[in-house]
Amino acid sequence: MAGDQDLLPSERPVQLLDETGRPVADPPLPFPDNDRLLAAYASLVTGRRVNDQAGALVRQGRLAVYPSSHGQEACQTGAALALADGDWLFPTYRDTAAVIARGVDPVQVLTLLKGDWHSGYDPYAHRVAPQATPLATQLLHAVGVAHAARLRGEDTVVMALCGDGATSEGDFHEALNFAAVFQAPVVFFVQNNEYAISVPLAKQSAAPSLAHKGVGYGVPGSRVDGNDAAAVLAVLDRAVADARAGKGPSLVEAHTYRVQAHTNADDASRYRSDDEVEPWVARDPIVRMEAYLKRRRVLTKARKERIAEDAEAVAAAMREGLSHDTEPDPAELFAHVFAEPTPQLAEQAAFLADELSREGH
Amino acid sequence: MATDPTKLSMAQALNRALRDAMAEDGTVYVFGEDVGPLGGVFRITDGLTAEFGEQRCFDTPLAESGIVGMAVGMAMNGMRPVVEMQFDAFAYPAFEQIVSHVAKTRNRTRGRVGLPMVIRVPYAGGIGGVEHHCDSSEAYYAHTPGLTVVAPSCPADAYALLRDAIASPDPVVFLEPKKLYWAKEEVDLTEPRPGIGRAVVRREGTDATLIAYGPSVPTALEAAEAAAQEGRSLQVVDVRSLVPFDDETVCAAVRSTGRAVVVAEASGYAGVASEIVARVTERCFHSLAAPVRRVTGFDIPYPPPKLERFQLPSVDRVLDAVDDLQWEDQ
Repeated sequence: MAGDQDLLPSERPVQLLDETGRPVADPPLPFPDNDRLLAAYASLVTGRRVNDQAGALVRQGRLAVYPSSHGQEACQTGAALALADGDWLFPTYRDTAAVIARGVDPVQVLTLLKGDWHSGYDPYAHRVAPQATPLATQLLHAVGVAHAARLRGEDTVVMALCGDGATSEGDFHEALNFAAVFQAPVVFFVQNNEYAISVPLAKQSAAPSLAHKGVGYGVPGSRVDGNDAAAVLAVLDRAVADARAGKGPSLVEAHTYRVQAHTNADDASRYRSDDEVEPWVARDPIVRMEAYLKRRRVLTKARKERIAEDAEAVAAAMREGLSHDTEPDPAELFAHVFAEPTPQLAEQAAFLADELSREGH
Repeated sequence: MATDPTKLSMAQALNRALRDAMAEDGTVYVFGEDVGPLGGVFRITDGLTAEFGEQRCFDTPLAESGIVGMAVGMAMNGMRPVVEMQFDAFAYPAFEQIVSHVAKTRNRTRGRVGLPMVIRVPYAGGIGGVEHHCDSSEAYYAHTPGLTVVAPSCPADAYALLRDAIASPDPVVFLEPKKLYWAKEEVDLTEPRPGIGRAVVRREGTDATLIAYGPSVPTALEAAEAAAQEGRSLQVVDVRSLVPFDDETVCAAVRSTGRAVVVAEASGYAGVASEIVARVTERCFHSLAAPVRRVTGFDIPYPPPKLERFQLPSVDRVLDAVDDLQWEDQ
């Protein structure tokens, strides 16, 4: 059983790179190796491109809505890169970039926001749960998946994502408690982006930090600079390794910022000023990582161009994949409610089919 | 447990169903509040931890949303969880998990992720329970697309339906009428199971049809017996499966008599009994000699123990409703 002090997060968020991209003196964790940092950089660039492209697709009417993780790409990237193939990711609606970083086809991911269906990818193909809209509910599913894997003797780790607002939900607390009691290998990764739609963190929680919330459940907490991709990766690598080694769950809070509005439908000027946003724009995770990698001569000009081209190819695939008007088949409405449609659903499906045939469909 | 395996109470039949399912299928896990060494407050899980170990039948922290949410994850990952909500009204903290995830995950994922899980709910009144221990909560579940909802009325059905619920590829809300836990009957566990979605005619009759489920079936049978003394022949249909509903059996029964009364403990307004009346009326209108009547609980919060007899459908109320079925038009 861990002592109180082992459960408490550090006083300041873990940082490996300062805001100019220089390594901090006495880094509290070892740097991930250059290959991983390069992969993280590539993923950051792609994540940003995905966010920007999705925003453009909303404005073009191709997507109904998009909750952007612009500015949070270091967290999105870290969550995906810290996992092995056999692990699971439990994302929220704001974690589209993380889902894509995990390898899921972007067009399939955007099925939800395009309005064709509630979820468009096979959760088993990449071990990514459907993006959860009800807050914190997915954290319990993560505990169940992890517990089932552990019962079978597998060394699967589950990364469960949520935001600062979700830490107020009951399911967040039940999930931490269950995971701790069952020693489930779950990394609870909170992206504290300072806002739950319009409500700032100060009105959300009086805790010293969100990572402190683990203490009450016997779950060790840690804090990381969420705009420092190297630090996020290092902290999540450690959390995943601990979970895999049988040390049970942990709670990681990344300090970051939602640079854009909640979604395109939100008006952030009603609750915060540009003055507040500007310093966070200056702390851009991509600029920081790029400065570091360039200084280390790991990121060459040619490599940077390649990475930008790859990101552009993802954006192009998104544009192409969403450029066609699709008409989901209304018959599918009845197909997945149960494994076999009930007699009542079969009747209703026939009713709709008849209605459509009379309308000349 | 039972010394004579053929004479079982519903509680024992449910316990047998869990044991047999766990023995047959290593992916069946039972968990909830006090279901481990204690065997559950109603002893339905008695002996399972001893027989199958602490991993297969275990106590959880006291949090219903946590229990159901964790079951969702386990079901996603190859297991068949069977969870117990200690009492009907204690299941409400799990409502969001049930409505937003248990019921919708298969549909959300276009059939890629099914959730083979069972949520057992000791339910309804008639046991002198204090507040929050006697709710008839079936309408909440039956109204939620994606949930299978069953309510056995006898030990044999309890065994068969629970085995079928555990084997189902879809989530099942399994409502166990508390007041029927202890009544015993001869049960042949080797009999072929009828399957979920099938109603059954419990008693043949020619004058009118009583339609009931779960805790109200014995009341309906008693009423039919009393009516027979008075020379009126009442048929009794046990719905058993609220979702999917067996329109065929229920409507065939009503057409054969031309008169029907639906009996249910739950408050009548917007309840399952009302749905049954609507379905029967839509389908059997030209066979009906009288409007279909309901005998249900009043639209009040469940009463304290000393007043609960006024809430529960009684034999007299059922017979009064039957008397009201426009016999003068015969």
